This record gives sequence, C-alpha cells and structure tokens, in this order.
Amino acid sequence: MDPVIELDGLEVRFGTRTILNKLKASLTGRSIGLLGPNGAGKSTLINTLLGFHKPSAGTARILGRDVRTHAREVRSLIGYMPENDAFIANMSGVRFVRLMAELAGLPKEHALERTHEAFFYVGLGEVRYRALGTYSLGMKQAAKLAQAIAHGPKLLFLDEPTNGLDPPARLRMIQLIQEIRDRGDQHLILSSHLLRDVEECCDEVLILKDGNIAAFCNLEEERRANKRFLEVETRGEVNGNFIAAMQGLGCEAATGAQGRLKLVLPDGLEVRQLYEIAARQNVQIRRLNHKRDSLEDIFLKAMEAANGQ
Amino acid sequence: MAVYKKTYRPYDGALTPSLTRFLVIPRYAFEDMQKSRFLTIFYIASFIYPLVCALIIYVQHNASALNLLGAQSARNLISINATFFLNLLGWQSMLALFLAAFIGPGQVSPDLSNNALSLYLARPFSRAEYVIGKMWILIVLMSLMTWVPGLLLFLLQAYLEEGWTWLHDNTGLAIGLFFGSWVWILIMALLALALSAWVKWKPAAGALMFGVFFVAAGFGVAINGVQRTKWGHLLNISALIGAVWVQLFGADPAVNNGGVFFRMPQGQELPLWCCWTSLACFCAMCLYMLHRKIRGAEVIR
Repeated sequence: MDPVIELDGLEVRFGTRTILNKLKASLTGRSIGLLGPNGAGKSTLINTLLGFHKPSAGTARILGRDVRTHAREVRSLIGYMPENDAFIANMSGVRFVRLMAELAGLPKEHALERTHEAFFYVGLGEVRYRALGTYSLGMKQAAKLAQAIAHGPKLLFLDEPTNGLDPPARLRMIQLIQEIRDRGDQHLILSSHLLRDVEECCDEVLILKDGNIAAFCNLEEERRANKRFLEVETRGEVNGNFIAAMQGLGCEAATGAQGRLKLVLPDGLEVRQLYEIAARQNVQIRRLNHKRDSLEDIFLKAMEAANGQ
Repeated sequence: MAVYKKTYRPYDGALTPSLTRFLVIPRYAFEDMQKSRFLTIFYIASFIYPLVCALIIYVQHNASALNLLGAQSARNLISINATFFLNLLGWQSMLALFLAAFIGPGQVSPDLSNNALSLYLARPFSRAEYVIGKMWILIVLMSLMTWVPGLLLFLLQAYLEEGWTWLHDNTGLAIGLFFGSWVWILIMALLALALSAWVKWKPAAGALMFGVFFVAAGFGVAINGVQRTKWGHLLNISALIGAVWVQLFGADPAVNNGGVFFRMPQGQELPLWCCWTSLACFCAMCLYMLHRKIRGAEVIR
C-alpha cells in the first residue's frame, strides 16, 4: 500500500531547540493515531505537515507529495481540524464554513451546498445560521469538523477532536470519525492525548516522546496477536501432561503460581481444542482470558523504553 | 444531494482557478461592509466632492450656464490645473484615510483573535494571497474614491476642452493622479493591515491609524522646534506623500505643495529622495509587521 505519510529524516528546530529529531517512518494506515505526552512534538509534526513550519533537515511526503516543494498541492488534499477554537466569532456557521470551502477552491454554489451537507452531517443542521460565537463547546468542535470535511479532502488532520466534550458529545464525535474512517475514501490522522479515542478510531499509532519516535505499532496486528494469547487458571497445580500436550500442538506455554498458565496458540489451533485436551488430562479450567495488550500498555512500554534510552 | 440526507460524500467537481482565489476574501469583506449603514452612507458621501468638481468643470465650459448664474467671470476664478487635481486628490485621500481607519482594523484582527489563520493557511492559500486578499477590499474602495473619479474628471475636462492638445499637454496630471493615488492607497492598506495584525482590538487599531498620521506629525514638529531642524518631517507621512505628489504631478513646489493636509511648510521641504526612501522604509516596516504576525502557527522559542 502507498504510504499516506512518509517522514524522511524530518527535523524541525526552533532556534537552538530541536523539536522533531530526524523522524523516519512510513505510515500506511487508513486511520493513524498520533500519541505522546505534552511537548512530545505532535502539534509541531502536524504543523510541519501543513507547511506552517519549515523543516530544518529532511522532509515529509503526504500521499507522495513533498511538503517542502509541493506545499500548495499537499494542502489541497488536506482537511484540518485544529485543537484550539478557530473561527470568526461573529460569522454564522454556514458563512464561515462556506468561506473556508471557497478558499479550498470550491465554486461558491458547490461550497454553499456542501456546507449545508457538512452541517447536517455533523449534527448542527438546526443551528447553522447562528453566530459561531454563540455555539457551545461541543457545537464548536462539530463546526470545526464541518469546515475540515466540507471541501472533501483526501486526508483529515484531527487535533484533539474530543477536547472538552461531555460523554454523549464525545461519543457522537467518535462515531463521526469512525464513520468517516469506515467510508474508506479518506485517511485520518488523529492526534489525541486520550488513548481511548485513538484506540477506538485508529488502526496505526505513532507514539512520540521528546521529538523522537518512541513506538510505532499497527493496532490491528496487535489486536490479532492478542487473540492468540491466553491466560488460563486451573484448579490445583497445572498437570505436566497437559502442558506437554499443548506444546505438542505447537503452543508456547509458561507456568505461573497457583495453577496459572500462559499460552500462545499457534495459527489454526482453536480454544475448543484446549478444552478437549484439558478434559482428556483431567484438568479443570477455572478461568480463561484473552490477554488484552491495551494501547495504554503499548504507550507505557514505549514511554519506559524511551526513558531507558 | 438533499441536505436532509445526513451522509458525507467526497468532492470531485471542478475547482476555481488558484490565481483568482484570493478574491473570495474581499467579496466576504464587501458583504460585511454593506451591513454597516454608516459606512455605506460615508462611502456614498465621499463622492460629493468629485461630483462638485465635475459640475465646476461642466459649468466652466458652458457659457450659457455661466450667463444663467450671472457669473461670467467665474471661468477665470477656478482654473482646471495641477492645483485643482491636487486638491481633489488631497481631499479624497483624506476621506480614504477615514475609510481605511474604519474598515482596515476589521480585516486581520478577527482572524488573529479567533485563531482562524491556521484554517485559512491550511488550505491551498498562501500568506501573500491572504494579505493581498485582505488588502484588496481597501484597494478597490480607495481606488474608487481617488484615481478613478480623478481620471474621469480629467477625461471630462479633456473632452470639454475639445481637443487632444489639452490632453497631450496635461498627461502629467493623469500620471500624477494615478500613481499618486496608488502610493497613498498602498501605504494606507499596508498600515491598516499591519496595525490590524498587531492590535487585536479594532477601535484601538483604528485610533492608532490616526495616531500614526496626526500624533507622529505633531511629534515631528516638536522635534523640528527643539532641534531647530526640518528632519522631523520624516515622521509626517502625509507631508512626505504631498511632496511626492507634487513631483508626480510635475507641479511647481513653490505654488503647489500638495493638498492642505499634505503640505510641508515652505522652506522646510525635504529632498525628494528622502521622501521616497522614508515611504519605502515605512512600507517595508508594515510588511515586516505582517510577516511576523500572519502565520499558520505561532512559534514559541
């Protein structure tokens, strides 16, 4: 698959401070999460990809276009929902989003039509003629999403899209993002400090720490791998024959205290067969869990690894 | 697609030409301006003086009208010459200053105070296009107030003089009107945007605009008084422009020293190259101010 974003030794410096340190990565997912603690360089990376900051070394490519040499072309492919409030307070929602769509190159009739559609799509159809300054926080977030999608970009940058939203509004925003992702005609870059948002919306995650890439993982693959990892608790001590039988079927096994056992099932082996062997070996399985290596675990491991370096 | 269908679809239609896309900004600004009754009335009122000038030119060339008014000697009272057009330009430019002070501060400051610049510049739209787009409304409105009526009056005078001779002999007036107006318009537009970018509170930016002209000129006079020099006039932008106008009109500085507001005291005139250099430095300063402020994202070092 062609990479959505390629970071090729990307370095950004502000004065003597290095903000992004020779980043190298190739992101191919449909929806990519950008994680990292405050000051990790997430916003700087987004701003650099948008062409707001000039790289001091290296470059980045978005959908094959170099952000240094083809900045205008790159920006024509992008929709951007910034983290902070960004709108003109005394403009009505429709007028503002229409202005933004026209600046993206849409003829005014199309811009108006798509603005109305975008407002209905994000659930603001009834308030679209109200001044943006009178919107609630949730409405403002939705209006920012509307202006980001009104011109039909190929890549959507969402910077903290659920910031300050109450649970129902957050759920609605996550559903919208998932819907856009699942349509399949747009790529998403979601920057958030909320691991749950990224976990629910993204299939790839890039974790930044102090301007470096701390980890890059494919959540889909992680999820698939997790399905093969089992934690089993048996009654009494684990029967050695049971372990040998499982290993005979290609399982990796490690025993713990009090009848606990960790198993990694090979491809093709089903959990049902585990129960059958346990029955044959007179082993009573009390509990069986699929190990869930959450994004939080991945994130914490990445942070620990980065600190260790 | 009907708007009630809450779905999203990608856009695959035609796009507007990127070269003319900056014109979207002045179109919206013009719509905003029309909402203000005061500005609309002020703008319409700004054409009274050119209309009076047109009437004067017409009456001057119409003997029966002069006889009717019983003012047969009026033709000798008002001459259609460099002074006439310099006064027109001076008066209209003064009104253009007011217009720029009313409209200019509202151009960039709302975008900056609402963090909207990142949205403008995240589109295929450069900083230069943004600035030109924001300047365009001022340029168009001020052009319609200054050189457009000026040139129309010039053509009217040439037409009523019935011959190419007057037109040919007075081409310098047309050149002066056109380029003199543009110098003023560019300075006004740049100053209005630069102040709008740095002073986010609109009334303060408008007041500062007058301050740059009147307070700085007063300060320059004070410097002249204390230091017994004439270089304090370098702070008097309108006087600098007045001197440039006289040169562009090809007028005699002793007789025509710009309009009233644009007059430098006799005997204290600065060399022309100083006037041009000061104005160029002033424009460069405004551009630098805009360069610092018009950014998609602010860099905190």
